Amino acid sequence: MGLEEKTGNMGVVTTTLEYVVNWSRTNSMWPLLFGLACCAIEMMGAQASNYDLSRFGMELNRASPRQSDLMIVAGRVSRKMAPVLRQLYDQMPDPKWVLAMGDCASCGGVFNNYAVVQGVDEVVPVDVYVSGCPPRPESLIHGILTLHEKVKKEKITHWA
Amino acid sequence: MTNIREVTVDELRHLVSDRAMTGETMLLNMGPQHPSTHGVLRLLLELDGEIVVNCIPDIGFLHTGVEKNMEAKTYQKAEVMTDRLDYMNSIGNNLAYCLAVEKLVDLDVPVRAQVLRVILAELQRISSHLLWLGTSCLDLAAMSVFLYAMREREMILSVMEMISGQRMMTTYIRPGGVWRDVPQEFVPAVQQIVEVMPGRIAEYESMLTKNMLFTERTQGIGVISAEDCARYGLSGPVIRGSGVAFDLRKARPYSGYEQYDFEVPTYDTGDIFGRYMVRMEEMRQSVRIVRQALSKLSNGPVRSDNRKFVPPPRSEIGVSMEALIHHFKLWTEGFNAPKESVFVTTESPRGILGVFMEGDGGPKPYRVHYVTPSFVNLQSMPLLTRQHFVADVVGIIGSIDIVLGDADR
Repeated sequence: MGLEEKTGNMGVVTTTLEYVVNWSRTNSMWPLLFGLACCAIEMMGAQASNYDLSRFGMELNRASPRQSDLMIVAGRVSRKMAPVLRQLYDQMPDPKWVLAMGDCASCGGVFNNYAVVQGVDEVVPVDVYVSGCPPRPESLIHGILTLHEKVKKEKITHWA
Repeated sequence: MTNIREVTVDELRHLVSDRAMTGETMLLNMGPQHPSTHGVLRLLLELDGEIVVNCIPDIGFLHTGVEKNMEAKTYQKAEVMTDRLDYMNSIGNNLAYCLAVEKLVDLDVPVRAQVLRVILAELQRISSHLLWLGTSCLDLAAMSVFLYAMREREMILSVMEMISGQRMMTTYIRPGGVWRDVPQEFVPAVQQIVEVMPGRIAEYESMLTKNMLFTERTQGIGVISAEDCARYGLSGPVIRGSGVAFDLRKARPYSGYEQYDFEVPTYDTGDIFGRYMVRMEEMRQSVRIVRQALSKLSNGPVRSDNRKFVPPPRSEIGVSMEALIHHFKLWTEGFNAPKESVFVTTESPRGILGVFMEGDGGPKPYRVHYVTPSFVNLQSMPLLTRQHFVADVVGIIGSIDIVLGDADR
C-alpha cells in the first residue's frame, strides 16, 4: 500500500480535524433516492453503467431521508409536492446539502404557471444549481463535484 | 407552505372499508417519496395483515399545468411542453402533437420525414421499454438487469443527441416534417442498434424468463382479464398481456405504419409475466420496423414546402426577401389555425395517447387536452392489487409502466 511504504516507521500523519471530517463527508455522501420527473431518468443514467457515479463514493441512494446527506431535487416541484419535499428535508439529519438538478428545480424552467414552484429555493436552501433540461449525466457529476469542493471549504463549526 | 395538514381517518371514511374504522385493518401510506412508485405516486393501502384489501391511488404530485400553459403559446412553441409530459416517450409525444396540428391546419408531410418519424418513434419505444425493464426489475430486486438495460439505452440516446443536440427532450419532430435532415452518421448508428439489439434482448430474456426468482414474483400476480381491461378502458402492453391484440399502429395506422410488416404480440395470462413477455416481443418488433424503415429511407425534403406553416430553410433566407418575411412572421406571430377541433390518437409505449386540439382562428390553441395511457392504466391499480401481498404491489406498479408526468400532466 502506498501511504504506509512512504511513511516507513513513522506511522504518524499530521493533518487538521476539519480536513479529515470534510474529506470523509465528501467521499461518502449518500443521496436521497428521490426522483420527481424527467431529470430523475438522467440521474439514474448517471448512476448506471456508462457514467458510474459510484466512482465518487455516491453509489448508495438511500430511500429513507434519515440516512441521507444530499437531496438531489431532480425535476419540477409542483405546489402539491412542495410541502412533502420540505418535510423530507426536515427529516434529513445534519449535515445536509441540496442540489437543484435541472432548470425546473433551479428556476421553474419552461413552466411558468400556477402549478410549478418557481425554483426549489423557495422551499429549501440550495447549495448547487445544475442547469440543463434535463442536464446530461456529466453535468450532474460536475455539480456534485462542485458541491464536494464547497464541502471541503466548510468550517467544522458550521454544523455544530 | 411548510405546514402540512394531516389527513384524518374520518376524512377517508368513504374510501376505505368499515373495518378500517374499528382498527381491524391497517391503513398504510406508500409514497409519494418511495423508491418504487416510479415517480411521485401516492398509494393508500388498506391491509389485512400482509394482504391488500384496498388500494387508493392519489395523483397530482407532478401536476405541471401543461395543458393550460399551451393555451398561452403559439403552435410551434407549445410543442416544447409535449416532450416533458411523458418523458420516456418524448418523440412519441412530439409525433402525436404534430399529427394533431397537421390535421388541424391540413398540412402534408414529405415521405422522408414520415420514415424518419417512424424510425425515431420505434427507437424511442425500445428505449422506453428498456428503462421499464431496468426499473421494474430493480423493484423486484434484480439489480444487474438495470445496468444492462441502461447500457443499451445510451446507444439510443446518443442517436437522439446526434440528430437534435439533446438526449431526451429532442423536439425534433415539427409540424410539417422534422426539424432538419439527419446527419450522415445517423444511418450507420441506427444500423448498429438494429444489429446489436436482438442479441441483447435475448440476453435479458436469458436472465429473467426462466429465472425462478423472477417467475415466482410475476406469474399469477396482478391478473386482469380481457373483459376487465375493456371495462376499464386500458390499452397498450397491459391489454395485450391479457390476450387482446389491439394496437393503434395496426387498427388506425398513422405516419405510414400500414406499409410496415410487423406483428402485435399478445400473451394470455394477463399477469405481470404476461406484460413482461409482451414488452420483450414488442422490442423485437420495433427493431423489425426500424430495419424496414431504414431500407425505405429515400432522399428528399424533410419538411413541407408550405411556407405559410413551415419556416423556410436557412439557405433561402439570405437570398430571398419572401423567405425572410415568412421566417419573421412564423417566429414572431406564428400561423393561424382554423376554428375547428381535431382528435388524434397514437400508440405510445404505454398505450393509447390521444390529443384533442381546438383552434380559435388565431396563432394559439384555444384548448389542448391529452388522453394519456398512464392515467387510464393507473385506475386499474385497486383491481390488480386486491388480495395480493404488500410486496407484490411494487411489482404491479412496475408492470403497468406508469409515468407520472403522463398521468398528472
